[in-house]
This record gives sequence, C-alpha cells and structure tokens, in this order.
Amino acid sequence: MDKQQDQQQDARPVLEGPDIARVLTRIAHEIVERAKGADDVVLLGIPTRGVFLARRLADKLEQITERKMPVGSLDITMYRDDLRMHPPRALARTEIPGDGIDGRLVVLVDDVLFSGRTIRAALDALNDIGRPRAVQLAVLVDRGHRELPIRADYVGKNLPTSLRETVKVQLAEEDGRDTVLLGAKPDASGAHP
Amino acid sequence: MSKTLIRGAKVLGGEPQDVLIDGGVVEAVGRDLSAEGAEVVEAGGKVLLPGLVDLHTHLREPGREDSETVLTGTRAAASGGYTNVFAMANTFPVADTAGVVEQVWRLGQESGYCDVQPIGAVTVGLEGAKLAELGAMHESAAGVTVFSDDGKCVHDAVIMRRALEYVKAFGGVVAQHAQEPRLTEGAQMNEGVVSAELGLGGWPAVAEESIIARDVLLAEHVGSRVHICHLSTAGSVEIVRWAKSRGIDVTAEVTPHHLLLTHELVRSYNPVYKVNPPLRTERDVMALREALADGTIDIVATDHAPHPHEDKDCEWAAAAMGMVGLETALSVVQATMVDTGLLDWAGVADRMSSKPAKIGQATGHGRPVSAGEPANLTLVDTEYRGPVDPAGFASRSRNTPYEGRELPGRVTHTWLRGKATLVDGKLT
Amino acid sequence: MQRHLISAADLTRDDAVLILDTAEEMARVADRPIKKLPTLRGRTVVNLFFEDSTRTRISFEAAEKRLSADVINFTAKGSSVSKGESLKDTAQTLEAMGVDAVVIRHSASGAPYRLATSGWIDAAVVNAGDGTHQHPTQALLDAFTMRRRLVGRDAGLGKDLDGRRITLVGDILHSRVARSNVDLLHTLGAQVTLVAPPTLLPVGVETWPCEVSYDLDSTLTKSDAVMLLRVQRERMNAAFFPTEREYSRRYGLDGDRMAKMPDHAIVMHPGPMVRGMEITAEVADSDRCTVVEQVTNGVSIRMAVLYLLLGGNEPAVSHARPTEEK
Repeated sequence: MDKQQDQQQDARPVLEGPDIARVLTRIAHEIVERAKGADDVVLLGIPTRGVFLARRLADKLEQITERKMPVGSLDITMYRDDLRMHPPRALARTEIPGDGIDGRLVVLVDDVLFSGRTIRAALDALNDIGRPRAVQLAVLVDRGHRELPIRADYVGKNLPTSLRETVKVQLAEEDGRDTVLLGAKPDASGAHP
Repeated sequence: MSKTLIRGAKVLGGEPQDVLIDGGVVEAVGRDLSAEGAEVVEAGGKVLLPGLVDLHTHLREPGREDSETVLTGTRAAASGGYTNVFAMANTFPVADTAGVVEQVWRLGQESGYCDVQPIGAVTVGLEGAKLAELGAMHESAAGVTVFSDDGKCVHDAVIMRRALEYVKAFGGVVAQHAQEPRLTEGAQMNEGVVSAELGLGGWPAVAEESIIARDVLLAEHVGSRVHICHLSTAGSVEIVRWAKSRGIDVTAEVTPHHLLLTHELVRSYNPVYKVNPPLRTERDVMALREALADGTIDIVATDHAPHPHEDKDCEWAAAAMGMVGLETALSVVQATMVDTGLLDWAGVADRMSSKPAKIGQATGHGRPVSAGEPANLTLVDTEYRGPVDPAGFASRSRNTPYEGRELPGRVTHTWLRGKATLVDGKLT
Repeated sequence: MQRHLISAADLTRDDAVLILDTAEEMARVADRPIKKLPTLRGRTVVNLFFEDSTRTRISFEAAEKRLSADVINFTAKGSSVSKGESLKDTAQTLEAMGVDAVVIRHSASGAPYRLATSGWIDAAVVNAGDGTHQHPTQALLDAFTMRRRLVGRDAGLGKDLDGRRITLVGDILHSRVARSNVDLLHTLGAQVTLVAPPTLLPVGVETWPCEVSYDLDSTLTKSDAVMLLRVQRERMNAAFFPTEREYSRRYGLDGDRMAKMPDHAIVMHPGPMVRGMEITAEVADSDRCTVVEQVTNGVSIRMAVLYLLLGGNEPAVSHARPTEEK
C-alpha cells in the first residue's frame, strides 16, 4: 500500500468527484437515447471498479426511466490472456441478473479502457454465459494505446496519455473518494495495463 | 616384509609415541624409536588404535554382487579402519551350510584388505523353522563361532532355546535380531508421534524389547550366552542392564546411526533413512550413548547394509532397509561419544576392536597396541572435519544417511598384519 | 501457496481460505449453460493413479476438463508399473511427454512428497491421496461443505471455521482423510474431536491438535458436524474390533444418535459409505447428510486448487488481490 501512496503523491487529478458524477449522468442519458429507452439493457460491471460504476449508472438509469435496471458483474480473470505472466489472481464475483443476458443489450462497464485486452476477455466470458442481442461498452476514461480492434460506445473522458504514465481511478465505494489520477510510472518497464 | 615406523602417534589417544612394525608384528612401542630402512609414517599427533573389528557387516556376496562384493566390502572396511569384519549370513544362497561359509571365508582371504569371518545362519534359509548345521559350519575352514538369522528374528522360542543350547558344545554364540514379527507386520518406521503423522506403519519399541527380554531369560535358563544385535531403544538398554546385573551372559551392540539419527529424519520420506531396526527418538539415542559409555552395550557394530541406488531412489514403502556404515562408523562414534566426552579413545578401542573381537573370538584382532602383538592398526586424524562425500566411498553402494553432513575424524592409515591397506586415505 | 499440494498441513489459513473462496466462484460455473473455462488451455495434467479410486479420479478429471486442461489418465492396472517399472520411471516418462502437473494417487505414504522433492520431475504435484498419510483436496472439500452449511455460502466468503466443533468418527489409524482434516480444520480454527475405539487410533495421536474420545454419544451433543469414516470389514479380522455388530453399536450413526445432535448439525462422509456399518441408511439418506454435496463440492475445490497452482506463472499468493495499474 505504501508504494501506491508514493505513486499518488506525484499524480495529478484529471477528474474530481463532481466531474465523475456529471459524466455518468451523461453516459446514462446516452444509453437511454441510443438504446431507445433502454428497455432491454443489462449493465455488467467488470470488477473491481467497473462494478461500482455499473451500479451508479443503473441508479441514474432508474431515475431517468423509472424502471428497475438489471445490473451485475462479470469477472474476466479466468479469460485473461496474460494469466501465464502473473501468479493466479483471486477471483471476483460474476453475478448475472436473474433474467440472464440472452437477447438483451449488454452494456459492459469498466473504469479505464487501455489496451482493450480486458474487454476482449469480457467478450469471451460473455460468450460462455449467453447470447446477447448486442454488446456495448461504457468506460469512465479512455486513455488510448489500443492493442486490439476494440472501441468504447460511451466514454466519460478521452485522456491522451503516454505509456510512461499511469491512470488510477478511485471510487468512494473502494477507495473512500472519487477521483481519476494521472501519474508517472515509477519504472517504465513492463507493468501491465 | 619391510619395517614401518609410525612416528608421533597418540596410542589410544595418549601421549605421542613411536610404533615400530616389523613384518606382521608390532616390534616396539616407545619414544624416539629409530629403525634403519624402515618406511616412516609421520603420524603428527593422530590417534593410533588397534584395527577395528565389525561384528555385523553385510558383504552381500554371494547373490547381491550388484550392491557389494567381498572385495568391495573389505576395501570399504579398510577405508573405515577395520581389519576384521563378520559377514552376515543373509546372502543368496543363505550362509547356512559349510559350503557357503567357506566360500565367503575364501573370498575374504583373497581380498587381502581385511579378514572376513563368516557368520552362519541359525536356521535353514533364515526361515526360523529348522536349525542349520551349526556344528558343520563351526568345523569348516571358516570356523564359524557366531550364528545369526540377522534380517529376521529367531522368533520361535523353542528354536531359539535349542540354538542357544546347541552352540554351547563348541563355544558359539547366537546373535539375535530382536524383532517380534507379528508386532512389526507392515512396519515402516518407529511407532510414535512421527509415524502417526506420516501415516507410515509403526514399528513399536516393544517388538524389540519383548524379544530381548525373552532371550536373556532363555539364556539364563539354559546357561548359554546370547548376543543382541543393534539395540535401538531405551527399553532394550534397561532390559540388558537388568540382565547383566543378574549375571546373565549377554552382550549387545549398537550401530553408529542409532547413536546419532532420530525418526524425525523420516519426515523427508527419503528412504536413505529407512533401516532395520528403525531410527528411534532422541530419548532412545541418548540412552544408547549412555549405555555404550557405561558398558551396558558392549560394542559398536556397523550393520553395514549396502543397497543399489534404485532400491533407495523410490517411494518409502518400496525401498530396501539399511545403510552403509563401514566408512563412516568411526567418525560417527567420535561425534557422538568422544567429542561429547562420553568415551575416550581407549574406550573407543575397547568398544570397536577388543570387545567385538572377544565376542566373535577373532584371534589376532582387538589386541593391545604393544610389542609382540599382531600389527593390526588404524591411524585416525581426529582433528579433521569435513562433509561426507559418498562419491569417495570404496563400497559399491552409496546409501549413506550422512551425505553432506559434517563429521569429525578421518582414518588415514590401516595396517592388516603389518601390511598397509590404507595410506593417506587411499587404498593400496 | 507452495508449488505443490502434498499435505493439508502445508496450507496456511490464508491459503486455505483463498482456495475455499476460489472454489465458491468455481461452483458458480456449474450453474452456467457452458460449464467450462479457458483458464488451463494448453496445459496438460496427468492423473497418475497407482491405486483404484474411480471417484477421486473422475472428480479431478471433471475439474481439469472444466478448466480446459488436456487430461491424460494413467492407471497402474495393466500398465508397465505392474511389470515392475518404478514410480520414478513412470513419472519421468510422463513428464517427457510435456506434463505441467501430476495428480497422484498412491498406496505408499509419502509417494507424492517423494515425487515433488526428489528432483525426478519439474511438474507441479497434487496429492490425490497417499497411503495412510494425506488427502488434502478431500479435507478442503470437507471444509468447503462445512463452511457453506455452517457459516453460509456468501456469508462464508473470506471466513474460516473459527469455533465450529467437528467430530470425526471411525478408523482414524488407517485414514488419510482424518489426518488431512485434523490439520486443515485446526488451521481454520475449528475444534476437532476424534472418536474411535482405541485400537483404531494411532500411537502418538495425543500430539495432534485435537481432542480424542472413545465415547460417541457424549460427543454428538456438542458437534456442529459429524464426519463418519469408512471402516473396512477386513479390520475385524486383524482384531481391531470384535464384530461388525459391536462396532456399529458403539460407533455407528443411526437415527437415534442423529437425533441427539444439535438441529443445525450435519452428517458427513467421504464415501464410499458402508451402510449398516458406520452409518445406517436412515442417516445416509437424511437431509442432514451431505455426502452428495461433498461430491459436487469436490469438483469445485479441485478446480480451485488447479487454478491456483497452475493458472499463472507461479502458484497464487494467498494475500490480497493484486492491485491493478491501468
């Protein structure tokens, strides 16, 4: 934890709490608009922080549509393509809402879109769970540097970065406050997105 | 034969003296000896002992020449400072006839490294049912005086009684491998805390002790003498102590490994620690040391038990029991008895040479280092410290539990009737 | 975690809880239409069974296949082992074929430990039961079953079995299940009591981290879970107990005895059960008996163990989820 705090000292906030609330509201409206009322939307957050964002989005969607919004989580750990590069990670919960995802519009929610590999894994994981009508992607921050042909449908903030920088999202549910930090990587070698 | 002058040796650990060997005999022991034309060995404060005598060696020939032969076994013996070994009877075929014991005896004569005295089986095929021809083995060229079914216990009380009685006719002695067979069915290691945890079949101390108790009482009843092989438990010590206090003619041996190693080592499941009798507890080890020091246990015997690599490079249950010991025995005794202050070098000479020779009636061995005695001698660098390296063993087998272990002392020279069999740690 | 799983005693509390938590997630895969994960794709696991155990082998095989590992089954019967080939040669032969893990069942206590420590092979070794020594995945699935039933499926996540009173009844002496359970349950904070006739308790049991009793009835009322161990009828001939009837009367669990247990308490059995010996049909078929659940849970536990040992470039670390940089 010390290491993390050290990193944060040099990091500068690019989004603060009110900004995050505002972009989530905007994304919620975009989802309603593009999904034509969001009747069949299922929100699936990618652990850890994507899950909190999905729940927040669901709250906002419920306010807009005045309907219960199905929200769940999708752990992609066992679908990662870099499993052999790290010790096995503890698994997070996959929680699919009761009516499932078959024929629905699944909106995947994650905090940061970077290489696109996480989303690739998420698409594979979805494939084993059911057959959605369509899959869309909502992210809080898109920092670029894609390594796969993947793009987000809803973006909170486009944040041009260099590979020597790190983007750290903090959310109240996990970290005690809402912020997005842009910092320098302590050593430029090999930390995985 | 030429003369050899050993200069400045601590005879039995005493003050440095010179020892002059002429032919096969010690000609003189004293200060500042000189001898024209004698080969001089500078002992430089090393300890000179009478050649060691092992009452319990497995030479494996005939039958298991892949693990040891009389030649390789006697070379190992010479390396370890021994000039006389007693070869156990559990060969293939079993040494239960005059023919087999004579063969072993003759092979020993030919080797030239160490005298080999065959031990005869007590029962035919070690099967515990029918007495072997003990008299014929005694009268053979091998002149067998010690009889043992070692590896197996003479468990039938009547057979044991008869054997004890029968050998009285020619002054023989029965050496009992004390192991109650029913109590040790499937036994893999000492029964206790460690076996409970490891799930290995338990070998209770009582399986050894009950046989020893029975046999000392039998020996008393029939007025015979009995020798107990490889005592391994504190309880066995108590029984032998009691028997001796009662005047029963019993002698007993302990192996070097039972003086040093405990069943804790089995936690490694490495079969190099698998041995019969099994390694016991720390308490047993301490009782055995004390008993060897106070004379309750008469002698150290190696139970040198060579096995080929594949018989140990496997799972515990499938592995053979036994350890090689000839080339490390003296070092282990120094570590456990001398360096701990329990025994001086004269005591070591007594337990590893004089007494075993006496029990086995080995003439010419175990004699004092003095003028007129056979020049069976061993010179020990007691200051040496170093790790055990099985690659340097003369034995054909490498199943030592001491690999890499730092042990004190090293035999540098051995003389068998004045002829050097080991010089500067190298076999001649 | 260590690189191999040889003994339940090698697991720390955090290791064990990580395995149980991971198994909970694995269990959810069984509820999905496609009961398969790509996690061990391209990895080869050999099930090296020198002792008959169809149940355990199938459980491991199901776990391996659900994780997409390539599976090779090797059973000693009719193989070169019966022609005298050694464990070492067999293991090396299999490794030469490119095996990443060996799941081994062997009648000799310590055989998996030897395989893992003798430098014979590089593959990870998972003990699927060795002699009368250990059966760590059985203990894990038992603990998993207890945690689900006694603490709760979701409520149990991250938790151990602190203060739960577990009673093991039967042939402790010859039981690797008992040894593994005593080690693991103690690590997880449970209070373990062994109940058996004195002949079926090992000399040295007094040093184990558990209580020992010869009296089942007085223990039942204070148990949250009662695990019955199989008693082989052949033991009778070796004078471990006089007759089957006497054993059942003193140490068997029947309906009357079960009624003395607290309402929440469960009855467990590692299987295969000897009905009429250690357990009556009435108990075996009751709702309180978890035998079938244990079988189901076995697959989840073995998936968790295989994932944590083989899923990465080294075994899992049992503390905290690694922080992610983005």
